[in-house]
Amino acid sequence: MNILIDYWPLFRDGFLTTIELFLLAGVASLVFGVFLAMLRVSPVPVFRAAGTLYVTVVRNTPLTLVFLFFVFAYPYLDIIEMSFFTAAVVALSVYTSAFICEVVRSGINTVPLGQAEAARALGLTFGQSLAEIILPQALRSVVPPLVSTLIALLKNTTIAAGFSVPEAGRIRSVLSDDGENQLVGLLWVSLGFIVLVMVLTLVQRTLEKRWSVAR
Amino acid sequence: MSNILFDAPGPRARARHRIFAVLGALVLAGIVAYVGWRFYDSGQFTGRKWEWIQYTKIQEDLISAVLSTLQAFALGAVLALLFGAIFAAGRLSEHKSIRRVSTFVVELFRAIPLLIMMFLFYYGLPAVGVSMSPYMAVVLGLMLYNGSVLAEVFRAGILALPRGQSEAAYALGMRKTQVMVLILLPQALRSMMPTIISQLVVLLKDTALGFLITYEELLRFAQRIGGDGLFSRPFVPTALVVAGIYIGLCLLLTWLANYLQKRERRSKKHIELEGGPTKDLEAAVLAGRTSGN
Repeated sequence: MNILIDYWPLFRDGFLTTIELFLLAGVASLVFGVFLAMLRVSPVPVFRAAGTLYVTVVRNTPLTLVFLFFVFAYPYLDIIEMSFFTAAVVALSVYTSAFICEVVRSGINTVPLGQAEAARALGLTFGQSLAEIILPQALRSVVPPLVSTLIALLKNTTIAAGFSVPEAGRIRSVLSDDGENQLVGLLWVSLGFIVLVMVLTLVQRTLEKRWSVAR
Repeated sequence: MSNILFDAPGPRARARHRIFAVLGALVLAGIVAYVGWRFYDSGQFTGRKWEWIQYTKIQEDLISAVLSTLQAFALGAVLALLFGAIFAAGRLSEHKSIRRVSTFVVELFRAIPLLIMMFLFYYGLPAVGVSMSPYMAVVLGLMLYNGSVLAEVFRAGILALPRGQSEAAYALGMRKTQVMVLILLPQALRSMMPTIISQLVVLLKDTALGFLITYEELLRFAQRIGGDGLFSRPFVPTALVVAGIYIGLCLLLTWLANYLQKRERRSKKHIELEGGPTKDLEAAVLAGRTSGN
């Protein structure tokens, strides 16, 4: 208990940074992931191939390697300078969007055939039928796996701690520098994550109840 | 399935698609060319940045790094499968207490980030007098986290089997263990094989977390060589090489999963699952696959 009280600012700032990372990367990967899913179902083969290539490469690369690339290798390319925090957001978004893409795509496949056929019969274009008819229904039906992906993202933010972002996973090394008991500190950090995951699970249940479509 | 979203294109749509295809290809080529040019311009393709790969010592190091990644993967996978089997059985047990304990354990280890678990084992436990090598910490973390996910996968697989299977087995006079081992497990394992393997891909990728607790594996190798001033810090080349190795290994496993799935479809022993459970199964599969790293 003492460690939590003595180092309260450290824990608070750490978890705030974690949540900030999570929110920024979550929004970015949702947007980019849906975009990728649209590419993967588009009528133009080049777009489909590009989407598939991206998803295959990213899903088979460890997130730590993505981080390593953006933090250590990317600066050598002199494109745009990024702070450690920005690099972490980019790495997490690049990685998570591939998973979001797959979830959304599987959701598109659950929308009954009749919906797409009706949309086409009404003369809607591919873009219109996707944006107005298919995606709203697809996104509702994939709320549980979508939130699971976001929970994974939340847990993955800890990797940023290994790359100089002062977030919850970093608390340990500060405690270690001060010669404190790291075990107790880490147990508190674990508890913090359990609470955050429980909150997200609650959101998942609520959204599922509210948005589940009766078919 | 994706072609339900558009009609078979007519002449005008085909022309339009062709224009889109050309534009898309141009944009993609532009992006690739820009990145390639940045690589070239910052000297990543110069011989000096790549000459590290010619040294026998470094090649040996690379091989031993791959081997230690695979070593952690192999032991972690075996232990995770065992852990998963035990706790799946626990969650399906008829005794309430065993069920509760197993559910608690599985939910707990699924909620704690894997990296924090590895930190706990490697940096935390010495405080109570238990110290372990980075290798053990990595393997234990992989076992607990992926084992918990696998437990859910196994459980979903067994629950998705038609009830008639276990009812028939009980009617034949089999005991609980017999029903599970002889009837339910073989069928569930077969239908869950692709999911199990994709979780193993996650486990393989998770070995890279060992990098952060000083386990001498592939990423650590990349960082060590990449930061070496002697070779003018070839971070980009080493990252590319190591990424290639990881993607190759994971694709090999994924290919195995697809192969098994295809073979499965051909086999006559396969049981078609009913509509309801299949949907649950798919949801569980999705959740399982994506809740990993």
